[in-house]
Amino acid sequence: MARSVSTGQKIGWSIAAWVVALLIFFPILYAVITSLKTEQEAIAGFSLIPSGTFENYVTVQTQRDYFKPFMNSVILSVGSTILALIIAIPSAWAMAFAPTKRTKDILMWMLSTKMMPSVAVLLPIFIIFRTFGLLDSRVGLTIMLTLINLPIVIWMLYTYFREIPGEILEAARMDGASLWKEIVYVLTPMAVPGIASTLLLNIILAWNEAFWTIQLTTTNAAPLTAFIASFSSPQGLFWAKLSAASTMAIAPILILGWFSQKQLVRGLTFGAVK
Amino acid sequence: MTLKTFLLGACSAMAFVATAASAETLTIATVNNGDMVRMQGLTSEFTKANPDIQVNWVTLEENVLRERVTTDIAANGGQYDIVTIGNYEVPIWAKQKWLLPLDGLGDKYDMDDLLPAIRGGLSVDSKLYAAPFYGESAMIMYRKDLFEKAGLKMPESPTWEFIADAAKKITDRDNDVSGMCLRGKAGWGENMAFVSALNNSFGGRWFDENWKPQFDQPEWKASLQFYADLMKEAGPAGASSNGFNENLTLFQQGKCGMWIDATVAASFVSNPKDSKVADKVGYAIFPSKEGVKNHGNWLWSWNLAVPASSQKAEAAQKFISWATSKEYTALVASKEGWANVPPGTRTSLYKNADYQKEAAFAAPTLAAMDAADITKPTVKPVPYTGGQFVAIPEFQALGTTVGQLFSAVIAGQSTVDDALAAAQATATRDMTRAGYIK
Repeated sequence: MARSVSTGQKIGWSIAAWVVALLIFFPILYAVITSLKTEQEAIAGFSLIPSGTFENYVTVQTQRDYFKPFMNSVILSVGSTILALIIAIPSAWAMAFAPTKRTKDILMWMLSTKMMPSVAVLLPIFIIFRTFGLLDSRVGLTIMLTLINLPIVIWMLYTYFREIPGEILEAARMDGASLWKEIVYVLTPMAVPGIASTLLLNIILAWNEAFWTIQLTTTNAAPLTAFIASFSSPQGLFWAKLSAASTMAIAPILILGWFSQKQLVRGLTFGAVK
Repeated sequence: MTLKTFLLGACSAMAFVATAASAETLTIATVNNGDMVRMQGLTSEFTKANPDIQVNWVTLEENVLRERVTTDIAANGGQYDIVTIGNYEVPIWAKQKWLLPLDGLGDKYDMDDLLPAIRGGLSVDSKLYAAPFYGESAMIMYRKDLFEKAGLKMPESPTWEFIADAAKKITDRDNDVSGMCLRGKAGWGENMAFVSALNNSFGGRWFDENWKPQFDQPEWKASLQFYADLMKEAGPAGASSNGFNENLTLFQQGKCGMWIDATVAASFVSNPKDSKVADKVGYAIFPSKEGVKNHGNWLWSWNLAVPASSQKAEAAQKFISWATSKEYTALVASKEGWANVPPGTRTSLYKNADYQKEAAFAAPTLAAMDAADITKPTVKPVPYTGGQFVAIPEFQALGTTVGQLFSAVIAGQSTVDDALAAAQATATRDMTRAGYIK
């Protein structure tokens, strides 16, 4: 029987949730506020009231072109996500519906690759990229982002697929469905919430990836992470401009997250409560 | 349209395509600071005069830039045609054959006009491996109004004893004014730049002639104790987190009585657009300790170099020749005024009457740079070159580790004796492993 919750408790939990949400969101909010200040105001100390200048946005756009890195971010994050899903859906199917003795070990091994510091493999990866002419190319970086996010994508899809009754797939097989049809026409439509949340999460991860996207690019394939990094200054004032650059870089992904939050939450909690 | 007209048009189009295809594109890696941003804005002047060369800029944070350029050069990536590096890297990279000698700067490039101290730091075996874009030493920037109020007069060649006394006198905790702002943030290019120069001026050194670390010597104890006491008695709150930018902010806000740091800061603190105390700033040479004839020997320059992996060395040198020339300085002056030209590289700039008139800090900057000698950083003999750093590849890691130990002293988490003992042990271990100590 469900336990009743008093109005006081509801209000208390609501306030707690708002406080936590505000704490998490505050750095982003403060970056937006700082971007609307002059450099002098930005360094003068803590203040939530900006003078409302858009000068920093103009300076940022004048100093560096925003559109090219923005397009690179879109291409890299969407491209690497699609590629990762193409590889991950059959892999997760195999692990969820045709497991072997080693499946768990393979899953753990894949996850363990995420525990390795990226810098440890910087030089070999750099040499491979140089050898194959992939440095500063969107193709090379798409492959890289696919590979580094693949373990998480496979893990997430594996978890969702495990919630789908195997009997349904068996029934499809008995009706004569081939493996391809089973995955495309039976499994995928049933796992849409999980696939959608995996897709969104992977886009966010790829969009925010800052190590490889800075290390392996110069000008042609440099995304918004490199755009932000270029505004950090060793000598001189830069906080307001850096905040403006950051706001411009995170705005698209924030908007995407805002409109898809229901889908994200639904996917992330899929199968969590039985 | 006649056949003749058509053929002429086609030929013209082909010629245009051929020109565009033959244009070389230079990729330049640089840091984000005012002078570099200005140069990027003026690049169109270069490409206008050299239509066969296009320029792409890659701007990165200083440490990321070092990491990226090092990886690229070490792995022969060839991603960059020009790199912006400091005078710490130039001799090390030149000896590794990672850089090409700059022998194609042209007849008009007045190499003898480069400041001798800067040129010397960028040359190996008498060959120039990088051209200086701007240079700096360190000096005292102080509030003339606070000195006057306290009845103090800055001597021509101040001693640390005077500076410490003055710092305490002008400290006004009630009004949030600290007598002295110094770097405390850990890092070989942050607190260790200042502490190394301070130690030089106390007669100390990083290593003896046999590369034995010297943190167990009395000079280090005296200089570190002096630094810690000064920060405690006259420094700002949270001094252990302050680097160049943080102290710049404090000074511009009127919260520092004195600030000892890079000479390039003078143009920022005297700019009324950014600084509340622009008209109250005085300058003086880096202090020395009573009885020790040494002003710290801080010398730094940002330079443009051509990595050995570049396939466009000729065009790259053409660009470097333009960006570091006297003509470029005049171009900046014509567009943005003499106070905004890149300082600290050419003797002629300091003889220029317009520059002297517009930049009050010109003479003290030149005096500071002339006083710096990175070949003899301290009064005792040393096996290395470098003023506020030691020009060996191992210094970045070692300097940062020691910087963390010293930053902990300023934060009150460690004592001078403990920090020096740990620094001695770490440096001895690292230098032995690297093969310097047999």
